[in-house]
Amino acid sequence: MSSSRATRRDTFLKTILDTMKTTQPIYSRVLTHAGMWSGVISRGKTLRLTDLEGGANVGMLLYNADVPVERYNMPDTLKGQHIFRLRHPYCIHSDMGRLLASITADTVGWHDAACGCSDARLVEEKYGHHPYQTHRNDFYRNGRDCFLIELAKWGLGKRDLVPNINFFSKVTADDAGRLTFVPGNSKPDDYIDLRMELNTLVVLNTCPHPLDPDPEYHPRKVRLEVFPASGPVPADDPCRLSRPENERAMTNTENYIRLRY
Amino acid sequence: MLTESQLDPKTAVYRQIVPAGEWWSHVVRQGQILRIVDLEGNQAADTLFYDAHDPANRYSASDTIRRQGALYLTTGTVLYSTEGNPLLTIVADTCGRHDTLGGACSRESNTMRYAHEKEYMHACRDSFIRGAQEAPCECGCGFGDDFGKRDITCNINFFMNVPVTPEGGLTFEDGVSGPGRYVELRAERDILALISNCPQLNNPCNAYNPTPIEVIIWDHPTDSAT
Repeated sequence: MSSSRATRRDTFLKTILDTMKTTQPIYSRVLTHAGMWSGVISRGKTLRLTDLEGGANVGMLLYNADVPVERYNMPDTLKGQHIFRLRHPYCIHSDMGRLLASITADTVGWHDAACGCSDARLVEEKYGHHPYQTHRNDFYRNGRDCFLIELAKWGLGKRDLVPNINFFSKVTADDAGRLTFVPGNSKPDDYIDLRMELNTLVVLNTCPHPLDPDPEYHPRKVRLEVFPASGPVPADDPCRLSRPENERAMTNTENYIRLRY
Repeated sequence: MLTESQLDPKTAVYRQIVPAGEWWSHVVRQGQILRIVDLEGNQAADTLFYDAHDPANRYSASDTIRRQGALYLTTGTVLYSTEGNPLLTIVADTCGRHDTLGGACSRESNTMRYAHEKEYMHACRDSFIRGAQEAPCECGCGFGDDFGKRDITCNINFFMNVPVTPEGGLTFEDGVSGPGRYVELRAERDILALISNCPQLNNPCNAYNPTPIEVIIWDHPTDSAT
């Protein structure tokens, strides 16, 4: 075998291995019922959320895992990118001029950031009283309780609750600011990829969107997968280049990492 | 919705001018009326509210938005807390629209939004941090040194105009406010109010000219209102 053929073969094998590395999740699980989850996902890894049934809602809060007083900030995310809806190739901003995550893939195109989560009163008024005693694990959970339960496991609490993201849910505003929930925004197997730009504490739950008019309490199954880190964010990364604000926030993030690690 | 108040500042129990770039904090008792006046027009008054007896129970932009099913704040809007309690109700408004999506400026977010060289410029979050650290302690309930950045949540921007388009865009536009316009709120429980009178010079939220506001408080408005 000539050395050039050997080199080509090695390159080919490396490509295959790299492809496997980037396509095989290192972690996978499916949330059922009104499920909740939290975990620290380190910089560079990608979290994929897949709506397995269509019509899912994933409420999410994000924190800098190293210094959790730095957290997801709805206003900076929206005004920094001049958007009301989240989608690829936009980014999820912290309150420190940095990025917690970038939306590197998205088959949905509209995710809500304004409407927050349900609480116990909303769920009972909307869907009725479905406590654990009578309904066992089909009881009705609410977004606020789920956030507080998972936050507590990381030493966080009520003072760390801020307006959350609702992935897969679409809410539009008219000229007067009146809001309309748009059903059918997310189809079965729609997904969104979040590449972590910091070591990020992700806290999420699959409780229904607070403005979902569906009279039936119907959380959908959602698959979580985490993919390995794919190296530094390239200079021509679409999320980095999506807006000059994101380029500057990416630089701020890279400077933070350079100083800290 | 434009609604005028019948209250006369001569009968107020408290009046204070807050220059641009300064913070102001004060406890507003249940039933008292708080008026914030945009003295010269096109100013942004970044405002946070807390339950004066439980600082973890604080203004929630998303709870307020989802409960009224609308983005902008005006007469009739109830400002809800993270615990689902009404904190204050807007009872008069001569501006017509106030923002709660735009949040506060910070030196850090200014580097992201405008340029890394803007980092030196004074920003609302610095005022909020110092205001929170100096906030009057009502009952030994936790205000004090520990009360700070963690407690600075997504605020209200009185007099600021941040229109959202049906297509999902969002812009900062010149204010809909003008000289002397005001918003008036009734406290539904004892409230700690924390205001940063915005020093932002990089966008039209203050018409590039930050100016003073006035805060006015009345007792028992039913006695003096017609």
